[in-house]
Amino acid sequence: MATAAGTMPAVGSHTGLWSWLTTVDHKRIGTLYGVTAVLFFMLGGLEALAVRTQLAVPNATVIEAGRFNQFFTMHALTMIFLAVMPLGAAFFNWFVPLMIGARDVAFPRLNALSYWVFLGGGLLLVSSFIFGGAPDAGWFAYAPLSGKTYAGSGMDFYVIGLLTLGLSSLIAALNFAVTIINMRAPGMTMMRLPVFIWMTIVVAFLLILSLPVLTVALVQMLFDRNFETNFFVATNGGDPILWQHLFWVFGHPEVYVLILPSFGIISEVLPVFSRKPLFGYTAIVFAGVSIGVLGWAVWSHHMFTTGLGTVPQIVFSASTMAIAVPTGVKIFNWLATMYGGNIRFTTAMYFAVSVIVLFTIGGITGVMHAVVPVDTQQQDTYFIVAHLHYVLFGGAIMGIFSGIYYWFPKMTGRFLGEGLGKLQFWLFFIGMNLTFFPMHFLGVSGMPRRIYTYDAGLGWEMWNMVATIGSYIIAVGMLAFVWNFFKSMRKPATAADDAWGMGATLEWATSSPPPEHDFDVIPAVHDRDPLWYNRDHGITPEPAPAHLHIHMPPPSYYPLVMAGGVLMLGVGVLSHLAVTALGVVIILYSAWAWILEPTD
Amino acid sequence: MRSSGTPARRLVAFSVLLLIVLFAVACNDPQSTVNPKSDNADSVQSLYLLVFWLGMLVFVGVTLAAVVFAFVFRERPGRQARQIHGNTRLEILWTFIPVVILVVMAVPTFQVIIDTTGDPPSDSLVIVATGHQWWFEFAYPGQGVTTANELHIPVNRPVSIKLLSDDVIHSFWVPQLSGKTDMVPGHENSLFFTPNEIGEYRGQCAEFCGTSHANMRFRVFVDSQEDFDAWVASTLAERIEPSDELATAGEQVFTTSACIGCHTVRGTVAAARVGPELTHFGSRDTVASGIMDNTPENVARWLRDPPAVKPGSKMPNLNLTEDQIQKLVAYLESLK
Repeated sequence: MATAAGTMPAVGSHTGLWSWLTTVDHKRIGTLYGVTAVLFFMLGGLEALAVRTQLAVPNATVIEAGRFNQFFTMHALTMIFLAVMPLGAAFFNWFVPLMIGARDVAFPRLNALSYWVFLGGGLLLVSSFIFGGAPDAGWFAYAPLSGKTYAGSGMDFYVIGLLTLGLSSLIAALNFAVTIINMRAPGMTMMRLPVFIWMTIVVAFLLILSLPVLTVALVQMLFDRNFETNFFVATNGGDPILWQHLFWVFGHPEVYVLILPSFGIISEVLPVFSRKPLFGYTAIVFAGVSIGVLGWAVWSHHMFTTGLGTVPQIVFSASTMAIAVPTGVKIFNWLATMYGGNIRFTTAMYFAVSVIVLFTIGGITGVMHAVVPVDTQQQDTYFIVAHLHYVLFGGAIMGIFSGIYYWFPKMTGRFLGEGLGKLQFWLFFIGMNLTFFPMHFLGVSGMPRRIYTYDAGLGWEMWNMVATIGSYIIAVGMLAFVWNFFKSMRKPATAADDAWGMGATLEWATSSPPPEHDFDVIPAVHDRDPLWYNRDHGITPEPAPAHLHIHMPPPSYYPLVMAGGVLMLGVGVLSHLAVTALGVVIILYSAWAWILEPTD
Repeated sequence: MRSSGTPARRLVAFSVLLLIVLFAVACNDPQSTVNPKSDNADSVQSLYLLVFWLGMLVFVGVTLAAVVFAFVFRERPGRQARQIHGNTRLEILWTFIPVVILVVMAVPTFQVIIDTTGDPPSDSLVIVATGHQWWFEFAYPGQGVTTANELHIPVNRPVSIKLLSDDVIHSFWVPQLSGKTDMVPGHENSLFFTPNEIGEYRGQCAEFCGTSHANMRFRVFVDSQEDFDAWVASTLAERIEPSDELATAGEQVFTTSACIGCHTVRGTVAAARVGPELTHFGSRDTVASGIMDNTPENVARWLRDPPAVKPGSKMPNLNLTEDQIQKLVAYLESLK
């Protein structure tokens, strides 16, 4: 490890449990997010395996209907809110300050708060399994099935869990938007930002604008379920379709929240390992931004079968097709980035190239669903399940693992094993294609989604069995990753500053892992690929002064205390309002103490 | 290295061929979405084929490029990566090509949307379909007929189906006859189509609707006009009075037990509208919303413990004795 000279004397304890509970260091918070999210990812995987095991053969009796409905609902909630979103947050936390040349995020204590609120919300949601049953009305929770007439207490956990998780995401999104806009190193103009940072800011704004809509909808559902209002109750004059509009106005931008971090990651990995600049930087940035903007105009394509009428069907069909254009631009530019390169096939590069192909499949089927009449056949069938998993597994998860392999030496000072890494890649690649490709055939053969059982003789037996086998192969791939992780962590941290010897962006200009203050000297930026520019122009970074006088924020336990208060707000709604009242007191107390806390 | 592109291309070509064959095999499955038997399903099919081939084109292009570039430009000693930042002409070109492809798709798409939504033909046979947890009710206002889980329609005549729901959102879907449309409480949706081949078609609820969503299935029988008229006539009639001893005893059990709290058998005191209409139960092919064949064994199994057959079933376990079950089965099967 290249240790930075003259790091700051320790402020308080820097090791042990207490240091993790009180940390405001963006890198440690990133690690907390990452480790938590990987654990939730494995939980979500187990839920998926339960679903796949039940569906392996016709008329199976592995898990009963009610439990099955809880599993597929929780699988989606776990993967979306507890795995993929926080994995994105883990990368944002780690690399936004490092890639823009900052020492931390704009609001370090808020950053800690967003993690602890996320953890509380996640545990609350998962705890529903032991407190009266998990949510079972699907992650989309359509009224009236999610109303109190039809759904049990699991849906209250859903409402409170998502409200809590939404708060966490909103705090984090504001923090990253402010950080990126205000804390860039000298010379790091907006059009020199790494594409990963651009995707981060697009995600941040998508969250800032979409989460309030979900919050409103969830509060309405909470009121419908507990206080006799009738927002979504048709028999009393409400409208269940209103829920669908509100949910998907959030839900479709949410898809881009899940996929854009991965696009950002592979836009870093592809050029570095091709040893050439990203092809068409400007086009990729604007394509990402226009996906973010157009993402607001397509929500009703989730509702083509609800009886929208002729004109809305045409309008949302057109807007959905339009979004394929910027997406296509990205794919072509990634391919052109590989063209003419001298490509080093690391595990990270394997994952990144696979994203191009796998996401393209998900993109093509997405366009098929923009063709409304075709969608009326495919909607709510396994064809959609195939489509969304090519986007979210082939696009998001494969991209995230590309990022994990790429940045692991920066984060830990250690490389993940390439042999085990490639084994994991092939297990994931083969497993995911065996699992999800046959689902296209199942959908074309008329198999609806979310069914816990099916009859023999419909042509569904073989492909369901293949899909189940594929899901177990993915699980083995995940075990290979876990093994790889522990094996690597037992080795000494020896990675150089520029671990791959070919890094282009600022995080490779500091030690691996970086010191608490990230950079001894804030680097000056002259180009989009600052390290390549420095290399080619013989610029050597300014040497660190003998004594660093860097002010870093001290640890604080108030974010943890306040997150406890936020959790109690929700727990109170689910149990006794006195708990909520106590939560309010704790939040007020910690906010007060937070304001008055000395910062040096 | 130029030659290594060839096995890559062969691999891609083989995969594509395999995909096409596999997609084609799905045609013959009983609930297939690509074996259309109505005018509307036909026009969906033509659109599906169009986007399928266009999509295949893009898939082959992107995959081939990725695989070939990965082979050709892999790391080799002495190779220098070409430091190109972009190419405006190329980028404009590959922004424009997808636009052209999308326009080719959009024009027929909008046409089919216009053709298949809006008002149904004026000479349509009108049917009101109502979704219940977890069965379908079909009413024919013009004919005065009500039935459950088995829809009969005449061939080559437009049918207009109004879609209602009694509880949560369901979705009416008969893949071979039409795309799906949801049955939403408080809304009156509809769909229409003209079936063009006599036969039996499978339908299934497509919107998640609770515990037994998987068990909410139905059948559509497209009959000749004569068969349809005969079916209407026989369904309009009151129940056939039980002739044998066992069935008579069954009617006794039926009309003096909890059955009449939910079901109708016209010609008896049973006139409740909570569960499926049973006046001509014995003439149906399936029981329990299309999940089992209508055999005495299956009906007995159902009566013994409905929630065991259909989890969450609104019909509770009535704790009938084996003797009562025997009589009820004989009675129900006699209701042709």
